[in-house]
Amino acid sequence: MPVRLPFRPRRDAYPPDLWKKCPGCAEMLFNKQLDKSLGVCPHCGHHFRISAKTRIEQLMDPGSFVERDADLQPVDALGFVDSKPYADRLVAAQLSTGLRDAAVWGLGEIEGRPVSICAMDFWFMGGSMGSVVGEKVARAGEAALENRIPLIIVSASGGARMQEGTYSLMQLVKTMSVVERVKAARIPYISILSDPTTGGTFASFAAVGDVNIAEPNALIRFAGDRVSSGTIGEELPAGYARAEFWVSHGFVDRIVPRAKLREEVSTLLSFLVSQAAAAPESGPQTGFSPRSFFSALTGALTGEGSGSVTGAAGPSTDGNGTGEARGEAPGSATRGEAPRG
Amino acid sequence: MVDRLLGRMHTEPNQPESPTAVAWAHVQQARNLKRPHTLELLKVMADEFVELHGDRLFGDDSAIVAGLAKISGRRIAIVGFQKGQDTEENIRRNFGLPHPEGYRKAMRIMEMAERFGMPVLTFVDVQGAFPGAAAEERGIAEAIASSVGLMTRLRTPIVVVITGEGGSGGALALAVGDCVLALENSIYSVISPEGCATILWRSAEQSQQAAVAMKVTAAEQRELGIVDEVIPEPGGGAHTDPAETARRIRDAVNARLEVLTKMSMDELLEARFKRYRSYGPYTVAEKAAPPAERQGLADRLRGFFPGRSSVPQLLGSRRNGQPGRGEE
Repeated sequence: MPVRLPFRPRRDAYPPDLWKKCPGCAEMLFNKQLDKSLGVCPHCGHHFRISAKTRIEQLMDPGSFVERDADLQPVDALGFVDSKPYADRLVAAQLSTGLRDAAVWGLGEIEGRPVSICAMDFWFMGGSMGSVVGEKVARAGEAALENRIPLIIVSASGGARMQEGTYSLMQLVKTMSVVERVKAARIPYISILSDPTTGGTFASFAAVGDVNIAEPNALIRFAGDRVSSGTIGEELPAGYARAEFWVSHGFVDRIVPRAKLREEVSTLLSFLVSQAAAAPESGPQTGFSPRSFFSALTGALTGEGSGSVTGAAGPSTDGNGTGEARGEAPGSATRGEAPRG
Repeated sequence: MVDRLLGRMHTEPNQPESPTAVAWAHVQQARNLKRPHTLELLKVMADEFVELHGDRLFGDDSAIVAGLAKISGRRIAIVGFQKGQDTEENIRRNFGLPHPEGYRKAMRIMEMAERFGMPVLTFVDVQGAFPGAAAEERGIAEAIASSVGLMTRLRTPIVVVITGEGGSGGALALAVGDCVLALENSIYSVISPEGCATILWRSAEQSQQAAVAMKVTAAEQRELGIVDEVIPEPGGGAHTDPAETARRIRDAVNARLEVLTKMSMDELLEARFKRYRSYGPYTVAEKAAPPAERQGLADRLRGFFPGRSSVPQLLGSRRNGQPGRGEE
């Protein structure tokens, strides 16, 4: 059981030293300066990886974001041990990131428009998708469905989490089944692919947004280099399959630099949302209307506020699992904190 | 911890009856070249089978076969992976590694099955999708995601049979269904044992240990609830008696379809949704995770006096949104 000391904890996102070297142009950057420029190198535009919380802060209206289910806790169902036990890896990741697992979801607003958002955190075990990450993505989707507000998912993930075995694989289905419902209900879904989005994450919800946006130079791939060379002996060129590659191959709509991302998402929502809000409550049942332009127009004229205020302070959905799980939280992983009192 | 240490000692390789050796023998069995694949199984199972080709977008993938069959008098749409049984056939079948067009062909046939009221039967035996540039640039990830998505909402019963290797997203793309059956010697995993070992142990030599750690065998997957039923294989394994294997699969599939075809479509889809929505254990921790952002003096002091929330109130806090450690 680690002892908590009252010193500043290690931060993975920005190591405790003051400087960071830009891998793009080798310029030395002040961490504080980097924070101000949203984690983008001011000299060459290299986009550093940022944590889920930072991502959400950058995208959402200040103070509008309310996190949900921050206390979902992964379980080592397989008793997985590689060079280190999974339980130990979890504790280490939790201590270094301050998160319980590699995703953060909640409700908030972007330029006054309520959205359901889920962001993945690469610093937590490579952003890998285990049961908790899948659950959070699914809950974000269900909140979007329930409140009829747009869904935004920011991916930063190496893929499915091997330590949870086939349960991780099933998260592809879990997330896709909710995304399919979101689409059937004609609720906009914007997928933002940041560096890196690979493996099972790319092969599920990240690839199928109504609009797919990628950050410049983000690595986006299904199979990693090691898998390629190990399985079929095919060596792929360095820098293969970056964001630009996917635009030219037709799987990503737009590349948007981080500074413009919020504005761009907001613009897209202004096209997509009024239609979603104009759809009646029974959304999926209504047939396709060729006069959608008019319904959108009426929606814009009459239903200005109709779909908009359900967001931030809605009733919490996290009540369902709380009671039953309290007693049975697995000791090894949850007790990493200081004893109190 | 003691258990874990003991467990680790037991999984040392090269001991004849160690779990590692047993699991690895199982993996080898699942990969046996002579194991019957989709076409061999259909020869026995189906009264009639018409193979259909092409995804109507790019081409035809020989690593995935699709078509229409009559099995015990029932019309069924078939989608399955096809490995070769010798080198020559394997070259023709791309060693059973599918490209996006294979999955898109499968989707086309499944949509057709939905329109014409046929249940879908899939045979899963694949190490993973083709991991090279050709598959990547034609959107293997999108094809897998779309296929998974389609199968979650397809308005017709789907029965999945894992006959050999169920490897990662490449297998999952055709393995979403109302019930998942698996042959006794098959395996199912989130990534191939070799892939897992390369990434986690940084060496492919540990793949045997990876196979143990990921609990790949059909029986273990049954215990985890991923697989509904394990179909026993005859004698020394499916490859020793493909015809009997096919008959056993046919009987198990027929029994399942008997039940599934009686359910209403809404019932069926709701059950399928619930099944996949509930996969993956998690708990709810008692408190929010420890804050990782830089703590102010007040927070550090609060760490010293966990019970007294009055101290930070006097000093103010740099944190916002997070409840203090002494609070509930």
